Amino acid sequence: MKYFHRLSLSLFVWILFPGNGMAQTQTMAFIKAGKYKPIYGKDSALVQVNSFYMDVFPVTNAEYLSFIKDKPQWRKSKVKRIFADGNYLSTWSNDTTLSNNISMNSPVTNVSWFAANDYCRCQDKRLATLDEWEYVAMANETKADARTSDNYNKYILSWYETPKTFNNLVGKTFKNYWGVYDMHGLVWEWTSDFNSVMISGESRKDSNIDRDLFCGSGSLGASDLMNYAAFMRYAFRGSIKAKYSIQNLGFRCVKDIPAK
Amino acid sequence: MKLIPFIFILLFLASCTESETEIKDQENNSEIHSEDDLEYSEESIFNLTSHWNTEEGKTIELNQLKGKVLVMVMIYTTCKAACPRLVADMLSIAEQIPEANRKDVQYVLVSIDPVNDTPEKLKSFAIRKKMNGEEWTFLQGDVNTVQEFANVLAVKYKEISPEDFSHSNIISVFNRKGELIHQQEGLGVNNKETVETIIETSKQIQ
Repeated sequence: MKYFHRLSLSLFVWILFPGNGMAQTQTMAFIKAGKYKPIYGKDSALVQVNSFYMDVFPVTNAEYLSFIKDKPQWRKSKVKRIFADGNYLSTWSNDTTLSNNISMNSPVTNVSWFAANDYCRCQDKRLATLDEWEYVAMANETKADARTSDNYNKYILSWYETPKTFNNLVGKTFKNYWGVYDMHGLVWEWTSDFNSVMISGESRKDSNIDRDLFCGSGSLGASDLMNYAAFMRYAFRGSIKAKYSIQNLGFRCVKDIPAK
Repeated sequence: MKLIPFIFILLFLASCTESETEIKDQENNSEIHSEDDLEYSEESIFNLTSHWNTEEGKTIELNQLKGKVLVMVMIYTTCKAACPRLVADMLSIAEQIPEANRKDVQYVLVSIDPVNDTPEKLKSFAIRKKMNGEEWTFLQGDVNTVQEFANVLAVKYKEISPEDFSHSNIISVFNRKGELIHQQEGLGVNNKETVETIIETSKQIQ
């Protein structure tokens, strides 16, 4: 029965998202709208997240390979430096071949924001916003918001200490409350508005909100241990540029609910 | 019934083929550029193929701005805090450029708020701020193209509420091939170096 349920779900998803090419078919999970409290901001500042669909897994090397066969401008030899730095697909031996020690079913990494953004656009999808990503990432196996659970936090922090998890296969970490895998434990992921995290003080007056995140009182405010893992992610996002290609940074796509 | 997946596949192929046409267009363009000795490098912002609306209601690509020194900044017209000062900085820079160099410099203000900043709003903002001459261009994109453009400039911004954004205050100077050659960060900072860069770079055109 469960099998049929799944089959009908994937069929349903497939009909909903005909934009997926055969080789790039990715099952998506429905994420129900809700409010969440980000690690920064005032006590009362809840952020509304609308319903959307999210890829169940990060984009794999196989899927990315299929994409660049269609879009030669994203091949390693063709990509323009303004869109990707020299580390772009650095573990691939050439335009269409992975190095021997890399699996097709590992998440694609060493891809820039520009490449990830265009990949999702080509699937008729988009990158998740930072809030959408964090909203889904709050979940453990059973709860939509597990941020107060000791195990949830220990899991993430012990992952941060584990080297080279980017070589693992997708779908081997836990399946979370929404049916999404690998939000933690495999790779970090691009978000569409990663550049909304401001560490630089140069924005002066206009950057009060983000100063809450990074200046003394702000970081003390975010003092709960439960926020430490998320704090690390925000700091990382604040430190990268869109053309960076980084070995432990991959991505997945999301899609809006079609308007009725 | 069997036809349905097939149609879907066709649809999918169609969407990616469209992008390949874009590449071909781009390649054709660069051939034209090489003819007038303006082939641009991999680092050039003219590699962006996004479309923008100007305050005059025209639709352009960035490479149509090629050939002049570009001084670019990201603002939004309902901004009360930093943007008026950024705009003042732009005006101050423009005033310091000698008459002889002025025709080779274009000032481009890109809206962070494409939803509210329509060409009409940008036009009236331009008039209000006395930035209505031909050397001033205002651009409206969409959420994704603005994000992409900001990422090229390494400008950070965040919507705090409708009509209110926090953003970094960066004025960027590009040479006539669209390569970033100078960035000034902060408000009301000494813009001497920026002005010198613009004069120096515009001299290379003559």
